[in-house]
Amino acid sequence: MRWGEIIRRLVLIPPTLFGVCVIVFVLLRVVPGDPIAMMIPPGASPADIDRLRAFYGLDQSILQQFITWLGQALTGNFGRSISLHQNVFELVLARLPATLELSLLATLIATALGVMVALTGVYVRGRRLEWAIDGGIGVFLAIPDFLWALILLLLFGVLIPLLPISGRIDPQLDVAFRTNFYLVESLLTGRLDVALALLQHMILPAVALALPFAALVARLLKASLAEAEDQDYAQIARARGFSRPAILWREVFPNALIPTVALGGVQVTLLLGGTVLVERIFSYEGIGNMAIDAVINRDFPLIQGLILTFAVLFIALNLAVDLLVRLLDPRLRHG
Amino acid sequence: MADLTLSGPIERPSRWLASVARGGTRLWCGGTLVGILFLIALLAPLLAPHDPIEQDLLAAQLPPAWIQGGEWTYPLGTDSLGRCVLSRLMYAARTAVAVALIAASLAAAIGIAFGLIAGMFGGWIDQGVSRLIDVWMAFPPVLLSIVLAAVIGAGLTSVIAAIVVVDWTRFARVVRAETMVQLQRDYAAAARVLGLSRGQILRLEILPNLVPLIVTLLAVEMGIAILVEVILSFVGISVAGDVPTWGGMIVEGRQIVYQSPWIMALPIVSVILSVIGFNLLGDGLRAALDPVQRR
Repeated sequence: MRWGEIIRRLVLIPPTLFGVCVIVFVLLRVVPGDPIAMMIPPGASPADIDRLRAFYGLDQSILQQFITWLGQALTGNFGRSISLHQNVFELVLARLPATLELSLLATLIATALGVMVALTGVYVRGRRLEWAIDGGIGVFLAIPDFLWALILLLLFGVLIPLLPISGRIDPQLDVAFRTNFYLVESLLTGRLDVALALLQHMILPAVALALPFAALVARLLKASLAEAEDQDYAQIARARGFSRPAILWREVFPNALIPTVALGGVQVTLLLGGTVLVERIFSYEGIGNMAIDAVINRDFPLIQGLILTFAVLFIALNLAVDLLVRLLDPRLRHG
Repeated sequence: MADLTLSGPIERPSRWLASVARGGTRLWCGGTLVGILFLIALLAPLLAPHDPIEQDLLAAQLPPAWIQGGEWTYPLGTDSLGRCVLSRLMYAARTAVAVALIAASLAAAIGIAFGLIAGMFGGWIDQGVSRLIDVWMAFPPVLLSIVLAAVIGAGLTSVIAAIVVVDWTRFARVVRAETMVQLQRDYAAAARVLGLSRGQILRLEILPNLVPLIVTLLAVEMGIAILVEVILSFVGISVAGDVPTWGGMIVEGRQIVYQSPWIMALPIVSVILSVIGFNLLGDGLRAALDPVQRR
């Protein structure tokens, strides 16, 4: 991708985000459920209800509401959550680190697993084992993250109770964190016991998110590895007497990486979207879990804020992947 | 498959049989799984040993029959209200198949229409459709379907609508790209030279060549539709309580997972088998129908 293309993509971001805002806004306003009805105590007078409605700006027309919201959003004010009575921006910011840590851990697991499976798959090319590996990849690809979450919960939470199945950290463990990046912070400050406790909570949801993605990485990488191994340079290395593992790892792998990053990187967004349900299943306190609560409570400002957060993350990820491919691919370096 | 090659006088194999052979094991396994699913869905009232909503509170949370404490009147045990799990699984298959068929076909129809138009006419129409798809792709799909289902309210229609609105882009993107590729081919140019109108080229030339691709996508989409129903059940906005669905059963099982894990495990197994079935079928069909491999 050339720089001009990247600039074009950057220019397209604001209109895309604007489109997301418009769709969410309109969609939410045709909801039959009334958020005010969910927050008033029984016996509230109509005047009270009207006052609340006016307080949240829900008495105005959709267009007016949108203009007000957009004007405030541009200055970083995303309104107040109706169900949690707090600033949306602060709420999202407090929960976002939990989701980011989980997604990052899942991506790391998936990459490591995918690379291992792909290398093994190519190494046993043409043998029966390859057939089994391909079949396995197909199965892992077909079953989505939230089903893995349920399966893992059943296996390691209930049948063989090895790991905790809810929350981000044990409530008894009373640790004061300065940031909301609990895992990163505990690792940086050397609190390994805390890090371990955090990891115990994160490992099941992270593996659930990682498995389908690992299968995707394995499939893409295996195909590129096989293609790269048939190229002349790999054959020459073979002829010069290098062992097959050495060729695969040092010659073929770096070249096969580029298409995998290009195609697979974009799919990280799928993993990120998967956090919504996986967090819910493991009662993990990230933005995904929060989003489901927000929908159930008809908390308009919070839903808007959360969807916008996801949209920004999606777009940023796509762009980051494009830049990464550019960095990895020597052919594109002097575009 | 061995039978096919041995039976009868050896002539040129029919194209249909050759296709099936090319689909291979995946086509067979996928076809069998999906076939069983459709059969169970169709024959649920005949096959089910009990009424799926009939409660027997004295026989609540029985384990499957082969486990200690189980009874053969309830082969797969009962749930917390004493309803027969096997019967509920079978009736839930009906809901799953209905959702899969309707939602996937509608998503396909809308997506194909957008994709064909964008691919055929190009220019500002293509720009418009592409931007629309961009905006759609910026949403987390799970969240979008949840918001949508919340908007429309619980019920089968809402589940189907959520799937269609979220997933039409799957078809639109692929069909748009493939239409553009096909239009570059010589046969499309020949059709233009013959004086066919754009509409005729689309209908008579392009669309038939897109069929393998669309059939594959459709099979995979049906699996996805079944999954979306489970997702929506998880958020409590799927089909109403009386209708048994796999998603609903999983959610109910989750609440008593420590006492009776099988209540959650059995519908999960059903969902997984169906989804794998649809995926294998899609893979097999792609191999069987691919015009490039046909030669």
